[in-house]
Amino acid sequence: MTIKNYSIGFALSLMLTALSFGAVWLHYYNHHRWPTHQELFVWIIALAVVQLAVQVYFFLHLGQGEAARLNAAMFALAAVLVAVVVGGSLWIMTSLNARMQMSPDQMMEYMQHQNDAM
Amino acid sequence: MFGTLTLSAFAQGPIVLGAQLFIVLGGLCIAGLVTYLGRWRWLWDEWLTSLDAKKIGVMYMIVGVVMFVRGGIDALMMRLQQALSVGASQGYLTPEHFQQVFTGHGTIMIFFVAMPVVFGLLNLVVPPQIGARDLAFPFLNALSFWLFAGGAALVMLSLVVGQFATTGWLAYPPLSELQYSPGVGVDYWMWALQISGAGSLIAGINFVTTILTKRAPGMTLMRMPIFVWTALGSMLLVIFAFPVLTATLAMLGLDRYLGFHFFTTGGGGNMMMYVNLIWTWGHPEVYILALPFFGVFSEVVPVFSQKRLFGYTSMVVATMTIVFFSFVVWLHHFFTMGAGADVNAFFGIMTMVIAIPTGVKIFNWLFTMFRGRIIFALPMLWFLGFVALFTLGGIAGVLMAIPPADFELHNSLFLVAHFHTMIVSGVLFGLFAAISYWFPKVFGFKLEERWGVRAFWLWVVGFILAFGPLYLLGFLGATRRLDHYPAGLGWQPLFIIAGVGAVLIALGVGCQGAQIVASIRRRVQLRDATGDPWGGRTLEWALPSPLPEHTFGHIPQVESRDAWWAMKKEGHAPGVLGVPGTDRIIRVPANTPLPLYMAGALFLACFALVWHIWWLWPLSLSGFLGCIIARSFAHETERPVTL
Amino acid sequence: MKNTTDHKASIFGFWLYLMSDCLLFASLFATFAVLRGNTFGGPNAEELLNVPFVLAETLVLLTSSFTAGVALIAAQLNKRAWVFGALAATFILGATFLGLELHEFAGLIAAGDGPGRSAFLSAFFALVGTHGLHVAAGLLWMLILSAQMLSRPDFEAAPGNVRTKLLALGLFWHFLDVVWIGIFSLVYLLGATL
Repeated sequence: MTIKNYSIGFALSLMLTALSFGAVWLHYYNHHRWPTHQELFVWIIALAVVQLAVQVYFFLHLGQGEAARLNAAMFALAAVLVAVVVGGSLWIMTSLNARMQMSPDQMMEYMQHQNDAM
Repeated sequence: MFGTLTLSAFAQGPIVLGAQLFIVLGGLCIAGLVTYLGRWRWLWDEWLTSLDAKKIGVMYMIVGVVMFVRGGIDALMMRLQQALSVGASQGYLTPEHFQQVFTGHGTIMIFFVAMPVVFGLLNLVVPPQIGARDLAFPFLNALSFWLFAGGAALVMLSLVVGQFATTGWLAYPPLSELQYSPGVGVDYWMWALQISGAGSLIAGINFVTTILTKRAPGMTLMRMPIFVWTALGSMLLVIFAFPVLTATLAMLGLDRYLGFHFFTTGGGGNMMMYVNLIWTWGHPEVYILALPFFGVFSEVVPVFSQKRLFGYTSMVVATMTIVFFSFVVWLHHFFTMGAGADVNAFFGIMTMVIAIPTGVKIFNWLFTMFRGRIIFALPMLWFLGFVALFTLGGIAGVLMAIPPADFELHNSLFLVAHFHTMIVSGVLFGLFAAISYWFPKVFGFKLEERWGVRAFWLWVVGFILAFGPLYLLGFLGATRRLDHYPAGLGWQPLFIIAGVGAVLIALGVGCQGAQIVASIRRRVQLRDATGDPWGGRTLEWALPSPLPEHTFGHIPQVESRDAWWAMKKEGHAPGVLGVPGTDRIIRVPANTPLPLYMAGALFLACFALVWHIWWLWPLSLSGFLGCIIARSFAHETERPVTL
Repeated sequence: MKNTTDHKASIFGFWLYLMSDCLLFASLFATFAVLRGNTFGGPNAEELLNVPFVLAETLVLLTSSFTAGVALIAAQLNKRAWVFGALAATFILGATFLGLELHEFAGLIAAGDGPGRSAFLSAFFALVGTHGLHVAAGLLWMLILSAQMLSRPDFEAAPGNVRTKLLALGLFWHFLDVVWIGIFSLVYLLGATL
């Protein structure tokens, strides 16, 4: 926990924030042509993950010092479970929404073709 | 002034009147008894304001047992209704009343019986087993208990004033939304769970911190008793699962109180998301309940086989595997909600995988018994009842893990029979084993065996009669929560047998009550003089019985697994850890009524929210916050004890 | 008897609470992700995105996280005046953040786009609002802790070991900025990808 660490973390976070917002600004400035929707999606998420790691390391002191090992283990578990809850819910609900919002004709069409790939 | 609360909330018909009178008169009798014995001061000083884990553990157990009687009465009522209500007969309960009974039964048994006995057991056993005098955060420990008691009080209050939910114990929307449940029932349910859930989360943090930072010197993780490992696993699950419940109930609350649209039928709400989230919590919850009792059996089986536990390392790995996997199976509770075959297949496979580490545990217990010298004392009897029934019930579960099979059996009585088999043989039999095993340590005298053995047989035969027919009924097409069914299906005889089984179980419970009374009567003869009545292997048996206020006279240096067994081999006498060491003055948390007041304030706030008494809840909430702030300024919260 | 505090155990316990909070926010994030398209004729995420406004909120909160760190370092170096100064800066920035957020909420509600308008808006208000409630709780905590520090000239002798509480507050505040990274990225900025 030093001023140097906090300053590096702060500077990096500012930079990453600027990159995120800058990408969105560019997207609108270029009339959605560059970055494209998909590129922007990936870019924002990637930058968020990096800034998360930066702040967890420089601000929350994870990965520094011996007492932090237990904390790091708990954080790893939390991170995995967050991914499971959010990712799992998205997977499940996307599947449910798609299948439960069909009309009877759409459902008939779906059922007749759902094993086609096999 | 009183929101929507009117006198009509008290008038609920003759059956409820009976319950109201029972509760009120029962409360008056207890208050009268305490006054007659002149014990109010004692109750306040020794119990209600205590931060001692040993006292808190006993209080959790007592409230859990009382709520078990309430939940059991609900069960008997359901059995009676279903035995009678066929064809032309409508039984004796209206459908609406029946719905409150099964909702109350499930809610009470899970949240206000199983959870408190887990926390009670952990409070009593974990600190002595790891060589600690108390939990890491004694104030929060007391707060957890009182928050739980506040939730239980809300549920019991719903019986006296107003109604309870009619939605089933998980209150799926849209039925639980304001449009279809406009009354107070769902609100009682929701706030009771939020209060006690907060208590649970705090307790989870407390126990994980205690286990990971307060062990005796030399007790590495791989030298901990398996019970402590399962406690750790269960409490890790609490920390990571309960916030999901809190968030989901909060969202339902926002729908009901502020017109949000998370799970409503209009406004773009998605009710399936509630089911998804509630089971993301719900599946870890059943392992939160089961794991500690697996740990109990890991303590009991070696002692009563007079042989070291087989496969310590594989037990640890199995426990932590179960902890992780309990978070990736939750969809098996709603295979039929309509997700694609890929989603169902993944979760079905994961569900089958999670049965494997449990199987490892069962084999380890059986291998421990193999070539041991078995003592057929009560704890061992309960284990044998568990291992037979749990294996069968578990197989039924693996059957339902196959999605196409589950499409037939989802929400049938087969499912009901399965989960009751798991919880009764796992949690309840485990609890009875734990009580008969550790009772002498907590109270200083053993429980007498005869009534206990009678109770055991009544429970086992009663359970088979009560739930065996339900497996059959499930295959015959009977769904759960039926308050009436047509004649001519051949179901009624099975329901009658199930009713007989329930009565046998009730008699078994009666025998357990008789056991307590008989044991207290003969407590001098049953006294545990040495502190080690069973030939135990873990540190709590190195202490005198009952545990002294300071628990340990001196904290040991631990050199191996089964630490007390190793010490006995070196020639140490019973009760040796009760002898003071060089530290003659230790610090103990001072009593404080604040946890009780804080929970009382939240209870009042929730009551106000249930009845829409809009001026009362900010007032109560401020009282709660005021207590927190006051406590944070306190700087003399410990008192010295001379050994 | 004056309190003793096991600093390591207390901080570990507080860390566990933060980990549980991760799952609380995960549930709200998951719900937001699932309901992001359920706009029921009302505004969607892109229409909620006011880039300069969200950028201002982000920079304010980020800076407050930095000043909170300064407060922790000052406490370590026993520089009382710096602790109070850094905490005051953190408080002012945090209150500014909250003010900006309340302004945004008020505007939406006044336009008829409150949480009752659609499932999407319910999820938005719940997620961002819960973060805001945590920020408000942190501000209250700062006031109480400052009062406790003012009443004791020496950190070590202060009630319940003020240094432990200050570290917990600092971790809490940093945690809230970490969650905000998720919010400004996934709730606001990703709206531009719709």
